[in-house]
Amino acid sequence: MSVAPVEVERPQSDEATTPARPWIAIVWNDPINLMDYVTYVFQQVFGYSKRKATRLMLDVHHKGKAVVAAGNREEMERDVEILHGYGLWATVQQDK
Amino acid sequence: MSEPEGLEVPITGFRGVRGGGATARFSVAEAMLLRDLVSQVAELVGEGLPEDQGETTEPLERLVGLSDNSSLPDDPILARLLPDAYRDDESAAGDFRRYTEHSLRSGKVAAAQTVLDTLPATGGQVLLTGEQGQVWLRALNDIRIALGVRLNVTEDHEEMLERAEQGGPQASGLLVYDWLSLLQSTLVQALW
Repeated sequence: MSVAPVEVERPQSDEATTPARPWIAIVWNDPINLMDYVTYVFQQVFGYSKRKATRLMLDVHHKGKAVVAAGNREEMERDVEILHGYGLWATVQQDK
Repeated sequence: MSEPEGLEVPITGFRGVRGGGATARFSVAEAMLLRDLVSQVAELVGEGLPEDQGETTEPLERLVGLSDNSSLPDDPILARLLPDAYRDDESAAGDFRRYTEHSLRSGKVAAAQTVLDTLPATGGQVLLTGEQGQVWLRALNDIRIALGVRLNVTEDHEEMLERAEQGGPQASGLLVYDWLSLLQSTLVQALW
């Protein structure tokens, strides 16, 4: 009996913030951006697997927003700038 | 017997190319429409570039690419293309905009130019490298944003299409919008 191949993800703690990484980048839902485009952008920009990128995209779509990255403020501003280049609506904020 | 050279909805849109990249065929009408849309966006976005501001910009600002703009644009399309990076911090948003808006704008203008460079006005079979495909994705997205804002699309735009007058500007605008969505979606699939 064969088992379907499972995609192995590199463990990332990017959704857990630490005192050294107290800033986050958020992507907001909008009625214009296509779901597969958003998924593709997350893969391109962050190197996420398709599964993880899809999950984040669905969070944006269903919950109105999603935290897509965490780090220091400069890193988050850089990420948000890149996301704006792709036409996504993204913001930086301090994690609570 | 001639075929009507109208707005053909491409049944396949883009498809992948072995070795990377994507290809799609455009009719003359489609090519001219896409070139026109891309040029309109480039003109809108490029207006704020320092090269365009001439004597009103300090030479040093122009040199380092600083923008005079520190607040969200009044034009709703520009506001969506150049959004604030901080939601509740006007000062931080202003600083971010001052340092990044120039390069964001020129990136979008450059993406539009890539489309113009790779899509002849006569249409035909367009072949894109993987890198050009990526740029096309962003250019297509910018047009969809511009059109989407103008048409006030919601996530229920199917319903909007039904409600729109047959043949009115809203209906044909939404038709173009849907065509662009198909192009972008097939291009993503081709590059994936």
